[in-house]
Amino acid sequence: MNWEEDEEKLLPSQRPEWSDVSPLPQDDGPNPVVPIAYKPEFAETMDYFRAVYRADERSPRALQLTHQAILLNPGNYTVWHFRRLILETLSKDLQQELDYVSKIAEKNSKNYQIWHHRRWLAEKLGPDAAGRELKFTEKILSGDAKNYHAWSHRQWVLQSLGGWDDELEYCHQLLEEDIFNNSAWNQRYFIITKSPLLGGLQAMRESEVKYTVAAILANPENESPWRYLRGLYKDDPKSWIHDPQVSTLCLKVLTSSGTNHVFALSTVLDLLSHGLQPSRELREAVDTLNPASSRLDSQENSSSTKDSLGNTICSVLEHADAMRVNYWRWRKSQLIV
Amino acid sequence: MEGEGAATERQRRATASQVDQWAVQDHVFKIYGAFASIPRSAQSVILELQRDKHVEYLTRGLQQLGPSFVVLDANRPWLCYWILHSIALLGESVDDELEDNAIDFLSRCQDPNGGYGGGPGQMPHLATTYAAVNSLVTLGGNKALSSINRWMHDAGEIDVRACYTAISVASILNILDDELAKGVGNYILSCQTYEGGIAGEPGSEAHGGYTFCGLAAMILINQANRLDLASLIDWVAFRQGVECGFQGRTNKLVDGCYSFWQGGVFALLQRLPAFGGEGFGTSDVEVEWVSDSTSEGDDEDRDSSDDNEALHPEQDQEGHQSSSHSPESSTAVHIQHSRHNQLEPLFHTMALQQYIVLCSQEQEGGFRDKPGKARDYYHTCYCLSGLSVCQYSRSKNENSPPLPTSVLGPYSNLLEPIHPLYNVVSRQYHDAQDFFSKY
Repeated sequence: MNWEEDEEKLLPSQRPEWSDVSPLPQDDGPNPVVPIAYKPEFAETMDYFRAVYRADERSPRALQLTHQAILLNPGNYTVWHFRRLILETLSKDLQQELDYVSKIAEKNSKNYQIWHHRRWLAEKLGPDAAGRELKFTEKILSGDAKNYHAWSHRQWVLQSLGGWDDELEYCHQLLEEDIFNNSAWNQRYFIITKSPLLGGLQAMRESEVKYTVAAILANPENESPWRYLRGLYKDDPKSWIHDPQVSTLCLKVLTSSGTNHVFALSTVLDLLSHGLQPSRELREAVDTLNPASSRLDSQENSSSTKDSLGNTICSVLEHADAMRVNYWRWRKSQLIV
Repeated sequence: MEGEGAATERQRRATASQVDQWAVQDHVFKIYGAFASIPRSAQSVILELQRDKHVEYLTRGLQQLGPSFVVLDANRPWLCYWILHSIALLGESVDDELEDNAIDFLSRCQDPNGGYGGGPGQMPHLATTYAAVNSLVTLGGNKALSSINRWMHDAGEIDVRACYTAISVASILNILDDELAKGVGNYILSCQTYEGGIAGEPGSEAHGGYTFCGLAAMILINQANRLDLASLIDWVAFRQGVECGFQGRTNKLVDGCYSFWQGGVFALLQRLPAFGGEGFGTSDVEVEWVSDSTSEGDDEDRDSSDDNEALHPEQDQEGHQSSSHSPESSTAVHIQHSRHNQLEPLFHTMALQQYIVLCSQEQEGGFRDKPGKARDYYHTCYCLSGLSVCQYSRSKNENSPPLPTSVLGPYSNLLEPIHPLYNVVSRQYHDAQDFFSKY
């Protein structure tokens, strides 16, 4: 069905079925600011829209008019709102309306009103709509893997209508394509914590840590998995500082040359503040990175507290991560003496 | 779980994120490199804020907009706010006629039952209400302020931005109460993600715009300490990249508008008592900025050669060599070694100014997202707002002007200070406070 063809060319004033309606011009006043140079077809369409909106006329012709108005400016939430009122009053087929919205969304994937309209429709259609909505968001994401609206909508669909079965696998695919896709990592966290098909964060933790560690080792400069790793221990810092995989990972990264050490150092700093007892290897790895001439000698090393290690880390970061020099200085000042 | 083979294979093949990021980095570093290679005198010119051009661009927008703006036909109060606020930041004002026209127009956007729509005859909407109210506060004066019909509104939990716009408006109009705040705190709390930033809805990705809205809203309802602030600060600190500007989300691209959304978060945090700030006070208390090193200390540091440390773009460990250096001129980037570390702003204010002025500023007027993108009023507003945040990040209080060392380029680049909770110019905010406190 091709809506955008001859049907739309005729303006209301050219159609006999609108002859009984007086178009209502916009009350801009004599000297409006930010006045937009509307094209004649826009002005006329909106004048007729205002008339039916004011009259609260919920008819088929009004529905068609909202379509034309939407084509001209999909961002007009008043038009969308009125369209919903008409759809309800006329008991229109909402699956068909979904077809309609899908077409409009093709060129407007970042338009809030369109996604809001979709959510409204899907809610009314219920769990049967889940599959279609997941497919739709997948399509949008295939062109724009980080589209915020698409991800929000997808999450809403999963929580309200279901369809969790393939979600973790879908997430994995996206990460395979782009391990730097933070939206996909965020979705993964959502699935791990919220999916009724999985055991919850604690149950999933071990396998997730393995997955994340592998991702980090492949690209230690990738911030996403580092934050994800931290997130796996949210509200459970004891498990975090005691998991050997975490400190082993940090050590591995810190002892690799030509590698970005910032996130590893930052992680160790956080671990320390939550009570990690650092191993000798970890201390040495950090000391090796310290460009300062005053390195701790072995005597001091054995008696140095975790806080002087924290101090050293902050010093290293002040140079290795110069953009955040003020942040690292602040972190240093926050270390408990 | 993947094997080592797959991991190495992926390492060789650059991902879409990496490709996009390196393209932007290259462009930005070319600009910094070119800047570094021109003579001092030319550098000074480029660092200048093109005030006249900006005001011209902005005023023109207030007077007329082309047909392509039809996509913003339901956002005209936003256009008003972006333009009027930008003009106010530049220390200018619109002529009386334009001012009257603006007040008149906005009153036509007002709904009889309260709130403002995107245009005359449109339904009221929280976001457009926020924009309209902020526009009128920015214009200031009896006529503008008395044109607002104050009304009570159910915030609803649509998303974090809705919470902020509702609470911000209620607060500035002095009609904020417990009823409105109830439930909002729990909702925003549930929107803080595992990354530390705040999302638009529970479960969504941490995002700069929503982080600002969420934190500001929490502060306005006195519940900021319920957030995991350490985690929030860590997230936002890492949003400033090698390009010197801010990104909105992890592993996404730098964008000038985040100069305010992310930079503003720091401005808010600095004022919190937890970080040595004086809080936000009430209208009858002079709000003091966190003070830092004495001017004596600053002068000393400025003479030290250690301080003229140019910002070096990091070399990606894939071996991808980005274009070399950034400005070495002391009028450009340098890091202040303050004596009082913990009171320094927690982000790199000079670097951000560098991005705004060299990459976002358009010489013909207006600001843009990033090099290669077109200017627009939204980015003009938030780049200037972010610039103001940077300039005032070390100010003792609103009455003592910032030190020249806080301002990138000539001191004449100095903008007006903003109130970071509402993003309106401080003076206009206080005037509105006085006006509405009488009710």
